[in-house]
Amino acid sequence: MSDLILKMTDIVKEFSGVRALDGVSLDVRRGEVHGICGENGAGKSTLMKVLSGVYPHGHFEGRIEFDGEPVEFRSINDSEHTGIVIIHQELALSPYLSIAENIFLGNERASRGVIDWHETNERAQELLKRVGLNEEVTTQVLHLGVGKQQLVEIAKALSKDVKLLILDEPTAALNDDDSAHLLDLIRGLRDEGITSIIISHKLAEIRAVADTITVIRDGETVDDFSMSDEDNSESRLIRSMVGRPLDNLFPPRTPDIGDEVFRVENWNAFHPVDTGRQVVKDASFYVRAGEVVGFAGLMGAGRTELAMSLFGRQYGAHVSGRVLKHGKEISTRSVNDAIANGVAYVTEDRKRYGLNLIATIAANITGANLRGVSNYGVIDLHDEIEVAEEYQRSLNIKTDSVSRVVGTLSGGNQQKVVLSKWLNTTPDVLILDEPTRGVDVGAKYEIYGIINKLASQGKAIVVISSELPELLGLSDRIYTISEGRVTGDVLRKDATQERLMQLMTVGEN
Amino acid sequence: MSESSTKKAAERRKSSVGVSARDYGLLSALVVIVALFQFWFTDGKLLLPANFNNLISQNAYVVILAIGMVMVIIAGHIDLSVGSLVAMIGAVSALAISEWGQPVWVSIAVSLLVGAVVGAWQGFWVAFVRVPAFIVTLAGMLIYRGLAIVFLTGGTIGGLPQGYVAIGAGWIPDWLGSVNDLDVLTMLIGAAGAIGYAFSQLRARSKLISRDLPRESMPLFVGKIVLIAGAMLFFAYLLAQHNGTPYVLILLGVLVLAYSFVLNRTVFGRHIYAMGGNRFAAMMSGVKTKWVDFFIFVNIGVLAAIAAVVTTSRAGAAQSGAGNFYELDAIAAVFIGGAAVQGGVGRVSGAVIGALVMGVLNQGLSIMGIDSAWQQVIKGLVLLAAVAFDVVNRRRAGAA
Repeated sequence: MSDLILKMTDIVKEFSGVRALDGVSLDVRRGEVHGICGENGAGKSTLMKVLSGVYPHGHFEGRIEFDGEPVEFRSINDSEHTGIVIIHQELALSPYLSIAENIFLGNERASRGVIDWHETNERAQELLKRVGLNEEVTTQVLHLGVGKQQLVEIAKALSKDVKLLILDEPTAALNDDDSAHLLDLIRGLRDEGITSIIISHKLAEIRAVADTITVIRDGETVDDFSMSDEDNSESRLIRSMVGRPLDNLFPPRTPDIGDEVFRVENWNAFHPVDTGRQVVKDASFYVRAGEVVGFAGLMGAGRTELAMSLFGRQYGAHVSGRVLKHGKEISTRSVNDAIANGVAYVTEDRKRYGLNLIATIAANITGANLRGVSNYGVIDLHDEIEVAEEYQRSLNIKTDSVSRVVGTLSGGNQQKVVLSKWLNTTPDVLILDEPTRGVDVGAKYEIYGIINKLASQGKAIVVISSELPELLGLSDRIYTISEGRVTGDVLRKDATQERLMQLMTVGEN
Repeated sequence: MSESSTKKAAERRKSSVGVSARDYGLLSALVVIVALFQFWFTDGKLLLPANFNNLISQNAYVVILAIGMVMVIIAGHIDLSVGSLVAMIGAVSALAISEWGQPVWVSIAVSLLVGAVVGAWQGFWVAFVRVPAFIVTLAGMLIYRGLAIVFLTGGTIGGLPQGYVAIGAGWIPDWLGSVNDLDVLTMLIGAAGAIGYAFSQLRARSKLISRDLPRESMPLFVGKIVLIAGAMLFFAYLLAQHNGTPYVLILLGVLVLAYSFVLNRTVFGRHIYAMGGNRFAAMMSGVKTKWVDFFIFVNIGVLAAIAAVVTTSRAGAAQSGAGNFYELDAIAAVFIGGAAVQGGVGRVSGAVIGALVMGVLNQGLSIMGIDSAWQQVIKGLVLLAAVAFDVVNRRRAGAA
């Protein structure tokens, strides 16, 4: 049949008795874009680490053939020499070095240890052209946005004569424009003969760019189909990933909406460094008891900035405006004020702002309300564990003990720990910023269920999300934000993706 | 109990033992070092009553400073100034008595106050101006050493009264007399310590059992109590043969218990760990990170003052060169005790064991008559080996 560039057969990888990979096979044809899908923890990243030599030959079972030859990589260097380059989700560029220096880092254009800057910059220029990045090669990488940094990574891969490019969640941190450009680039590279493997949670994106898709579940290959097959639908993908048909992505809910709980009037915030730039402009909104209100906006529209400036002024300069709860003005000037007034904010970036990854689940859950488990400044460690176990049960955090360190949990379970932490402050108003980012399909469904339950308890809930289907599935009402302004207030029955997108892209005037 | 809950409880026990294995490892390392010196290198001299007494009083300063240092390091900072601060406060303390004619208690009060003020000064720069602690305390290291020399006009102040000297070099009088040349009071203190320890452990365990929370296995539990309570009695027996209980030992006992409690059980202690683990997340959870930073430095200032009084009284004189390299002893003790360089991890018990490791090395090598230059070389290598072992271990645990 057709020519295979990569053939992985019956790969088994165990971690102290637990099988992370249980006989995975993967065939990648030369010159195609190959998508890999699977829930978090399904084994995708482990498989890529096996392929790239992070787990050296001999530390796993099974065979790998590249270009028709059996290969035994002992390190990442070995796999890169063969022409396999991995681009990880967390970009690995050195911020203070220039684009050109980064591209040739570890692979310097030099003779006898002396760098040839002419050749370095000239070749870097050519590579930037190839990836469609219009920047000076001497620009320091820290001045580039994530999307452009991603392109530098790809340029770096190209400089090494890559044959197989592996991208792990390449668009997770990109906005729609940058994502579209990246996907175009991958298609372009395919036409130049470079094979790519792309791992992504975004099913629409995978279906748009891939020629063939492999689905991995619980360490096994469960499905493998070409986009030219008759059934190439998203529902087939989801069915394979979760192992059950997900007829309804959103659990049903009958809204029971009460009186107004939370109101923000004329909220303004400026950029904390570039203090002349207004990021939130005269924003006003309200939320009622038992209501789920969505916030839709493109990247950089000011959604997170609005939420974080509201919550204890954790963002911004010259913040002004009024916050009311049950019609009375309250202070959210400090985080403690906000918590005391029953406002909670669940961050979009749980690793940076949400969790102490080296502390236990229990310590994280009580972290924003230690008063609840202490007397006169002394913590009752038994109470703490009981409180944590209560949330473990009610939110279904999958762990054998709440004394485990949070960093060992999967993304979905970490998200449930952050949620528990904020529910433990007994808030009336809950602001959820990207509550399902980096969370697999099964855990997403659970989190939606939790949101519905909280609404039915009469809490006022704000959900900020980049995924319009998510907002449409969850919310009773959706605000749109564009360039720091609230541009729309749409009831669920009137909301469509097209209408929201139109309001999200309203320009000044 | 249903089958599933029994199974769950069994799993929990297993997991909790895995967590505390590290602490046992540290303790057994100390036991091995003591045994090596006692039975091999010093022919039983290390634990002679007089030597054991010296082991405690000579190394008290490391324990006191390490307690303050572990909090600083957990929070993600460092303090290089404590050695110079010991010299400066020692000078102030001696001046209060010999120049200003104040009683001993005033001298101690003034010392603690100066410690707190200096701590507040450093805390201000670190917490509110956000100058890195490395720089603030490096500056402090120079400033306080310089001031110590200025205060003492380059020399020493000796002739401190007996009441002051007793703090670092005195013993609780034998109020209860002695039996077979053993000080009864010291034996009673040892017995009280052993019983108190066993009792508190039993109480904690029964609380865990009543709530069905994770706990260590029975043999391990009993073994731990027998070992530690036995060690307490044995050490009391050693001290009782010499001059009895040093005042410093009581001071150390109180400080260790109090600060273990602060770090393990109080909201303030939890905030320190939360900040060290993830400063942003702590801020977003309402931790007043600036004030926590500030008070950590006030605290180590006060502990440095205590160390200064102990050091000065033991020497019987204030010297401008006192406290040289004390900061490095304390930092080494904290890292040998398992704290992480990047913050968030560390324990008082670990720091104390680390300080004891350093102390046993000091004492044992001196008894062996090893030159002080080589002692430094050996201590440096032990520090490197201990932390390298920890780093490798942690990496292995992380990879699995």
